[in-house]
Amino acid sequence: MTVQVKDTSAATAPNVLFPALKEAFIASLLIVALGLPLLGLKADNQGPDLVLTKRWDLLGIAVAVMFVGRFVLAFLRGQKAARQGGLPQEKKKSGDNSIARLLNQNAKVLGLLGLLCAILMPFVIPDANARYVIFISTTFMIYIMLGWGLNIVVGLAGLLDLGYVAFYAVGAYSYALIATHFGWSFWICLPLAGLFAAFFGVVLGFPVLRLRGDYLAIVTLGFGEIIRVILINWGPVTGGPNGIGGIPAISFFGIEFSRGEGGFASDFGLEYSSMHKIIFLYFVILGMAVLTNLFTQRMRKLPAGRAWEALREDEIACRSLGINPTNIKLSAFALGAMFGGFAGSFFSVRAGFISPESFTFIESAVILAIVVLGGMGSQMGVVMAAALIVLLPETFRQFAEYRMLAFGVAMVLIMVWRPRGLLAFREPTIRLHPKDHQASVKEAA
Amino acid sequence: MAYFLQQLINGLTLGSIYGLIAIGYTMVYGIIGMINFAHGEIYMIGAFISVITFLVLGELGISYIPLALVVVLLCTMVLTGVWGWTVERIAYRPLRGSFRLAPLISAIGMSIALQNGVQVSQGARVKPIQPIIQGGLTLFHQGDFDVVVSYLQIFILVLTVALMIGFTWLITRTSLGRQQRACEQDRTMAGLVGVNVDRTISMTFVMGAVLASVAGLMVTLQYGVIDFYIGFLAGMKAFTAAVLGGIGSLPGAMLGGLLIGLIESFWSAYFTIEYKDVATFGILVLVLIFRPTGLLGKPEVEKV
Repeated sequence: MTVQVKDTSAATAPNVLFPALKEAFIASLLIVALGLPLLGLKADNQGPDLVLTKRWDLLGIAVAVMFVGRFVLAFLRGQKAARQGGLPQEKKKSGDNSIARLLNQNAKVLGLLGLLCAILMPFVIPDANARYVIFISTTFMIYIMLGWGLNIVVGLAGLLDLGYVAFYAVGAYSYALIATHFGWSFWICLPLAGLFAAFFGVVLGFPVLRLRGDYLAIVTLGFGEIIRVILINWGPVTGGPNGIGGIPAISFFGIEFSRGEGGFASDFGLEYSSMHKIIFLYFVILGMAVLTNLFTQRMRKLPAGRAWEALREDEIACRSLGINPTNIKLSAFALGAMFGGFAGSFFSVRAGFISPESFTFIESAVILAIVVLGGMGSQMGVVMAAALIVLLPETFRQFAEYRMLAFGVAMVLIMVWRPRGLLAFREPTIRLHPKDHQASVKEAA
Repeated sequence: MAYFLQQLINGLTLGSIYGLIAIGYTMVYGIIGMINFAHGEIYMIGAFISVITFLVLGELGISYIPLALVVVLLCTMVLTGVWGWTVERIAYRPLRGSFRLAPLISAIGMSIALQNGVQVSQGARVKPIQPIIQGGLTLFHQGDFDVVVSYLQIFILVLTVALMIGFTWLITRTSLGRQQRACEQDRTMAGLVGVNVDRTISMTFVMGAVLASVAGLMVTLQYGVIDFYIGFLAGMKAFTAAVLGGIGSLPGAMLGGLLIGLIESFWSAYFTIEYKDVATFGILVLVLIFRPTGLLGKPEVEKV
């Protein structure tokens, strides 16, 4: 990082007011240039024509806010520089991540606590908004699963996948198609959907995994779009833009959650409540997410998982050690796709209706954002980022128009603030000498 | 034959537009090695600025078309250039030297923010505009089919060629172009011999944005409707074009753009219009598998 030379001039000239004013003026000028056409003027639709609406007040407000904000910032910075005797300030090291370290090292305890909360949650929340809370939590869990699935591909194997939503879509659609056409139960459709998604992962992965970094990114992006275009246009099978409706709901191992004889409630001697189904689905997703996590943690200790991380660090070294990069990458791709497929089937069983609209590029971007914002490779980070991305827009629901705008701005700001993600902290998966061994060696010396 | 020729003309027009956007991708990729995901949105902003400038001119009562076109062209180029500069300054410069995925995520965030920002400030409905350049030349008849080159298509092709000539001159003959090529080869070394690297990169973004804004103006004229969402698909296709031509190569970007335009219009004409995007990406995948560095890209030598 370069240190701005401008700051040091404040020491020789203690007058910080003028440079700050100048900086604010330039910034406001920039806002005028940026906002003049898009903020100050608006092309309003009026019948078939466009008319120009002038909104100078809006532009004025933007300029004023920018001027004042920039002035205060520059003034404070100048004063600080002057106080420090004009020495260029040391930029705070970006390696400062004690919180991230703390969270990651206690991930097990935190994870168990979080799991406990998640299990108890449906029983303690008040009835009034239970439905809403569980709905949101289910969404949250789906995103965690997607995040963990993509984390295998991006975080562990280091393959940049911009079309992850394709596997999510394949999972959702294969679940919906099997369930509506054959009427098989959830417990048969779920693994089948996962398998289909994994199969697609292999089919896509086989030709493209030889490509490096950004080429892989663009091919996966293209693949995501291809799947969506096919879903929209292959009307007889996928229902086209209308999607597939009437997807059978989840059953309690074959017992329907229905009112009356033979339903879940009467079999277990409970009073019928439509909440049973939702809570059961929530628990199934929770269980599946926990399983995903355990699986990933376990994989990291197995040869294949270690090969993923080794491949991410140095492909050439891996090849010279006799690891077949294509097979290893393919396994990561297929497993990631499988979890995407599972998440997709949960999505379709929860909503009972799916359409291509749910599987746009934005969705891929959101999932990738969860992985990267959380700190690549960190399971805990994925949970936090998923919470941020699912819950924040929910809280700002009344500002629906500005939601995605704020989401984009937040993504940029978080990246600028912590480029390696919120919880970026990487412990070596394997050490030549374990920690306590190192300590004893030191003592002996 | 006549039908084929007509599609060729349409494809070349469309391809020029993709090519102009693709140059922005390829330049940025060449110089800092990142996919500028927000570039498609810059093109969309260019289209919006051109529509708004047309409306302003209409209100001022300027109805002499060549004058209006020149004014709109200049306004769009300058104002969109400022947007390009700002995007780089806010979202990418702080991340320089950071790890590989950070600028990409920041770019995706910027793209979402710009798209929704324009939606919020300009409204979500499509913006129709009256055709500005009308009429055309009939080249020849075959049966009852006329091969027509509209004046608009001529305008687009001539403007593209002119921009390409100017651009090639800028890159090969001026000191700015030399600095850019130096930064592309080795940024640290360029900095050591006195090239202002940050400024050069900023200028690269501005140049990319200017070319994309011209593409935005062309689309406004050609199709007459724009909305806040046009940037995504066009951006993706332009990036495909850049990769197809060999990313980092400027003639490659233009060639890739023309090819994508031709593929798209021929596919729509002879096969199904619904699957034209599938065709584009399918060909991209094939090219990458058999020639991973694109058509004009230099093969990368892997060094340990």
